[in-house]
Amino acid sequence: MSLMDKWTGKRNGMVGQVGQVEQEALGSGSSRETGDEALSQALANFKLSVHAWSEAEFSRPRTVVLGVRHRSWRLAASVALGCTLVAAGVSGGVYEGEQRREAAKVAAEARAAEQQRLVAAEKARQDEEDLLAKVDSDVSRETPSAMEPLAQLMAEDEVQK
Amino acid sequence: MTMSTATEIAAQEFTCVVERHRPQIFRFLLASTRDVDLAETLTQECFLKAHRNWGSFRGESSAMTWLMRIAINLQKDHWRNRRMQFWRLTRTNSVDLDEASEWLPSGERSAEQKLLAKEQVKRVWASVKGLSERQRTVFLLRYVEEQELSEIALATGLSEGTVKAHLSRAVTRVRAELGGKR
Repeated sequence: MSLMDKWTGKRNGMVGQVGQVEQEALGSGSSRETGDEALSQALANFKLSVHAWSEAEFSRPRTVVLGVRHRSWRLAASVALGCTLVAAGVSGGVYEGEQRREAAKVAAEARAAEQQRLVAAEKARQDEEDLLAKVDSDVSRETPSAMEPLAQLMAEDEVQK
Repeated sequence: MTMSTATEIAAQEFTCVVERHRPQIFRFLLASTRDVDLAETLTQECFLKAHRNWGSFRGESSAMTWLMRIAINLQKDHWRNRRMQFWRLTRTNSVDLDEASEWLPSGERSAEQKLLAKEQVKRVWASVKGLSERQRTVFLLRYVEEQELSEIALATGLSEGTVKAHLSRAVTRVRAELGGKR
């Protein structure tokens, strides 16, 4: 039995079963035979490769240099990504706060202007009322009373008696 | 037979099982994850779980099938947890396909044959990477571990028909990868 026979599973009668499954996935004719051969070869090589890799890793004492380097690189990337996200979150929050403050300031200014306008309007109304009251007072003081001469005569008669 | 004697016998049996099947379980997990550290961790977890449940193993299937079932479930749980945890996702140590394809036994081959074999292995790895979790598990059990369809069905908890269907799709994909990029 050759090495390839061993790995392709001829010993355990696997080739027939592999072919059966493959046949459902393959076409027909000579191209299928060529495809079967290439596929079997590739699968055998794949198995050899995995077995070799596994045996080497299984029997070898662990070295963690590569893993640590990968981990540190990935950790740095994770930290950088995390920092970016945090910075984005914080700046977003600050921007939002600034926008709110700006809007509140504009609203306060608008309220103050409205207040001033109301005060000015009230003052103008008050001035107008005062003016009218003053005019009424002046006019009433200058106009003579209709009964005033009679009152004077009565006073003279009483004096003559 | 005293209680302590029975316990000792069970412990000896389990030790034999570990010695016999550990390389195979590790190999399957290594091929599934392409991550040596992770494969070792999952292998240890697999045997730890098997040790805890050794008393309930009734021998309805072979010890290898039973262990493989535990390993498959552990691997499934691991990937499920990873999908849920974004930060763990960024910390995978899987080797790339080129590195995985470097491994070939030092046999009686010419340089050209070795180059061809390496290229083939790389393409098979590429297609295995693109398979679904179930397809990959079935494919590896069949073509790397050389298990029978009935054993694969027992280990995965699928019917033989489903195993065949997954295997057929996986083989179609591998063949397309081999043929399409030649």
